[in-house]
Amino acid sequence: MAAQVRVLRQRIRSAKSMKKITKAMELVATSRIAKAQARVAASLPYAQAITGVLTALASNASVDHPLLTARPQVRRAGVLLITSDRGLAGGYSSNAIKTAESLTARLREDGKEPVLYVIGRKGVTYYRFRNRPIEQSWTGFSEQPAFNDARAVGETLIKAFTHGADDGEDHSGPDGVQGVDELHIVYTEFKSLMTQTPTTRIIGPMEVEERPRVEGVLPAYEFEPEAEALLDALLPKYINTRIYAALLESAASESAARRRAMKSATDNAEEMIQNYTREMNSARQAGITQEISEIVGGANALAASGSEV
Amino acid sequence: MANQLHVEVVAVEEKIWSGEAEMLVARTTEGELGVLPGHAPLLGQLAEPGQVRVKISGGDEISYDVSGGFLSITDEGVTVLAESAEQAAPAAR
Repeated sequence: MAAQVRVLRQRIRSAKSMKKITKAMELVATSRIAKAQARVAASLPYAQAITGVLTALASNASVDHPLLTARPQVRRAGVLLITSDRGLAGGYSSNAIKTAESLTARLREDGKEPVLYVIGRKGVTYYRFRNRPIEQSWTGFSEQPAFNDARAVGETLIKAFTHGADDGEDHSGPDGVQGVDELHIVYTEFKSLMTQTPTTRIIGPMEVEERPRVEGVLPAYEFEPEAEALLDALLPKYINTRIYAALLESAASESAARRRAMKSATDNAEEMIQNYTREMNSARQAGITQEISEIVGGANALAASGSEV
Repeated sequence: MANQLHVEVVAVEEKIWSGEAEMLVARTTEGELGVLPGHAPLLGQLAEPGQVRVKISGGDEISYDVSGGFLSITDEGVTVLAESAEQAAPAAR
């Protein structure tokens, strides 16, 4: 009986220390969400300004830039998947991976060959373990992405996209590099603290998100340098901005998912502690009751035997 | 608004500065450019590396070292878009 109480006490102790850890992680994740949201808000002015500039530019210049036009035949499609570096975030990474998987399956059905670009250690591990090729991967910044990270990713993707322009059937074009004809991005949209949904977006060929314009006529801009040269310089920056925005939003989602996972872990630990405490108390009580009944029984037996003598 | 210019300096990661100024001086790939209130709408790519100087009323001046920058002038004001912008050492007044 005493042994059972000791075992239970041990279990309570370990559940308590586990609870401490998950509680701490929950608090850290909570503060990270706020930080990530602040960074999303801080990046908005630039995103809005560059979108406005591009809208103005697109309505003034002829829009047949290679980054804006769809290829007649798509053979290879690049997929950029954003996952987390660390686990313990509930279904965050696996949901993103699942969405990417269904996207690649759809691409394959359409006769396109998916080419994977992965951000985050979890995604990389998933594909490594299954021996599936990853074109390129980046890790180490999933929780706090900086613009430089987005730029590194963006430059690689844009390079692949422009290389894809001259590819022939099953072989690379004159430039000797096999590129892609389409670019997709899979990231986790931050809807609220409770809901984060994995989303797929197409970023190549680029579609400029036009802001709804209230005024009728756009001002007639002057351009320095020419509009085409300006578009050449601006579009890659715009794609980088979009990737950066996706990274920031994914980081916020990751923290939110981790907070929720850690919260339910803490709640579970609490429940376990409560159950074990109840069990331990009743075991201790049962022990005491048995001891008393043994003593009473023994005394009665003695008294009975004594009266007979 | 008549003789004040609304200026915004925006980097990718955050808004750096915004406020009213008297004049903005920047260098595009085509050449040096001074912007006064009422300037015609213009989109420009800034020279690399570029410096943007904002002259505020009272004779003060703020300079920013800007990389990967663009300049957008509309009726509402001037927006400097930059991949990164840092305040340069204050110029001699």
